[in-house]
Amino acid sequence: MTDTKQKTALYKRMLLIRRFEEKAAQMYGLRKIGGFCHLYIGQEAVATGAIGALDLKRDYIVAAYRDHGHALASGMDPKAVMAELYGKVTGCSKGKGGSMHMFDIEKHMFGGNGIVGSQIPVATGVGLKIRYREEDGVVLCFFGDGAIHQGAFHESLNLAKIYGLPVVYICENNQYGMGTDFRRVSAVDDFSVMAASYGIEGRQIDGMDVITVHENVKEIVEKARTEHLPSLLEIKTYRYKGHSMSDPAKYRTREELEDYKERDPILILKKGLLEDGVQASDLEAWDKEAKKLSEEAASFAEESPEPEIEALYSDILA
Amino acid sequence: MAKIAFREAIRQAIEEEMRRDDSVLLMGEEVAQYNGAYKVTQGLLETFGSKRVIDTPITEEGFTGMGIGAAMAGLRPIVEWMTFNFSLMAIDQVISNAAKTRYMSGGQFKIPMVIRGPNGPAEFLASQHSQALQSFYAHIPGLKVVAPSTPYDAKGLLKSAIRDDNPVIFLEAELMYSWEGEVPAEEYLIDLDKADVKRAGKDVTLIAHSKPVRMMLQAAEKLAEEGIEAEVIDLRSLRPIDTETIYKSVRKTNRCVVVDEAWPVASVGSHIGFLVGRDCFDYLDAPVQLVSGEDVPMPYNHRLELAAQPSVEKVVRAAKSVLYVD
Ligand SMILES: Cc1ncc(C[n+]2csc(CCOP(=O)(O)OP(=O)(O)O)c2C)c(N)n1
Repeated sequence: MTDTKQKTALYKRMLLIRRFEEKAAQMYGLRKIGGFCHLYIGQEAVATGAIGALDLKRDYIVAAYRDHGHALASGMDPKAVMAELYGKVTGCSKGKGGSMHMFDIEKHMFGGNGIVGSQIPVATGVGLKIRYREEDGVVLCFFGDGAIHQGAFHESLNLAKIYGLPVVYICENNQYGMGTDFRRVSAVDDFSVMAASYGIEGRQIDGMDVITVHENVKEIVEKARTEHLPSLLEIKTYRYKGHSMSDPAKYRTREELEDYKERDPILILKKGLLEDGVQASDLEAWDKEAKKLSEEAASFAEESPEPEIEALYSDILA
Repeated sequence: MAKIAFREAIRQAIEEEMRRDDSVLLMGEEVAQYNGAYKVTQGLLETFGSKRVIDTPITEEGFTGMGIGAAMAGLRPIVEWMTFNFSLMAIDQVISNAAKTRYMSGGQFKIPMVIRGPNGPAEFLASQHSQALQSFYAHIPGLKVVAPSTPYDAKGLLKSAIRDDNPVIFLEAELMYSWEGEVPAEEYLIDLDKADVKRAGKDVTLIAHSKPVRMMLQAAEKLAEEGIEAEVIDLRSLRPIDTETIYKSVRKTNRCVVVDEAWPVASVGSHIGFLVGRDCFDYLDAPVQLVSGEDVPMPYNHRLELAAQPSVEKVVRAAKSVLYVD
């Protein structure tokens, strides 16, 4: 069971992601940040709960383009993440990756991938390395409901099963792929059943409750660690904002959105913490802290230098 | 020196590197139990076991991406594509991930992997199975692209490719596997960024890579019978291109013919034509000629199939045209 101390850590992480992205959205509005910017607001419980179950000394993360949450959940420095959004040389990818390509080799955060589904085979390969070196690490591979129909997904599950790779495939079903309701383009509406095609375990999990996510992923990671088998989780969640900053999200109803906001992952955990006897003033202070970190990240990014023009030709080859 | 087949030279390179470094592994369709569709990987499963010589299902995108992830995490995979024709299924992984991850991560990651297999026109296979796809890969920054023309080069270049910390696309021509050549017993490496002068001459420079190099050497023999001394340059590396060797030769001969089995539009051959035109303009006594594959899908019919490809005759004709003879 998750104790109060762990809950607190999860709570702070989720808050940081939320406040960080609110700041990023604001800075996007001021044109400090450009390009695509896919916010994770609403989905914080998924990355936080799942990545919180890892030991990043031996485990790995591979994510899609909606990756700010995964970057922060992995413990990456908010300053480096924000500076990357700004395209500054101090960014985690020296300003060469931007929003969709948050990388941190030390934190075992292997991206950030802009092509839908493209990261799934890559994560499978990280799993191959773990098995090859007979390590006990696990890979969490995140992708959206839009990616689950790609051949790369099906190829990867099959590969992971036949080679016994410890990869936990996590479909973050936020219900929309851009403007497409997943029910319009999916043969089944419970993705966890797809696991059966590959003879692996599948689970459907409530992604608005960080504790549920955390406990399920912890269990499944432990299994992957000891049994060296892949699994598929469908974590049901919701994004509050549009697909990217340019999307007004007219394809869904206000009621639907409001409905999910009532089940906001941060709110739910807040209630839980209060029930556990945590002081409201502490909750306040943590929120302030998250805001401060986000502010500092933005100032840091703001003040950081642009990459030198010579950087254009660096980091192409090793 | 022992004479061995091109396929054997490649096998030796893989075996030696796998012995040297336990992070090197091999994966692909039929590479293990079947000993390779073209028998390149003969015996490797027996030597190294199924942990290091891995049969994959028919999932080019999946297993190519798996190689990339393994390389990001520190292994040195060799991924075999049964042929480059099927690499089109994997091209997203190559372009979006193998070539870009280093750049997009600000230099944090290395992708030390080799992706290899047969490329180029074959015989009687029609257009989906008989094509030269090097332009696709040579187009992409973040990759190295290598195309040997002899067993000696194949072995030395492949060993270097396996030791290189970058994704290397290694092109073997399907019809070259049985070609024999001398390969020394002792270890050697060949630089991945240097062209090779395969024959010296003073009258015209012939530039090619992979299988057409032999054709150029034959063309040079023919030209020699008529008193024309052709210099034959084997690019060996398509990315980067060793312009120094090319320019030195063209500045000496003042005439240049480029041979490339790929289609002529936006190809390695047309790019070299541009480079020579731009940087050797003052030395050229004639416009650069390109002998390429015809700008058509490969026909099945053998007569048409041969007509669609470069030939000794076409090279001789092109050389004469830049010399203004006949
Ligand atoms: C192969 C590919 N096709 C199309 C796109 C354009 N695209 C970007 S995001 C997206 C929707 C993906 O939705 P989903 O996987 O559910 O992720 P979410 O945005 O919900 O996190 C599309 C179609 C792309 N990036 N890559």
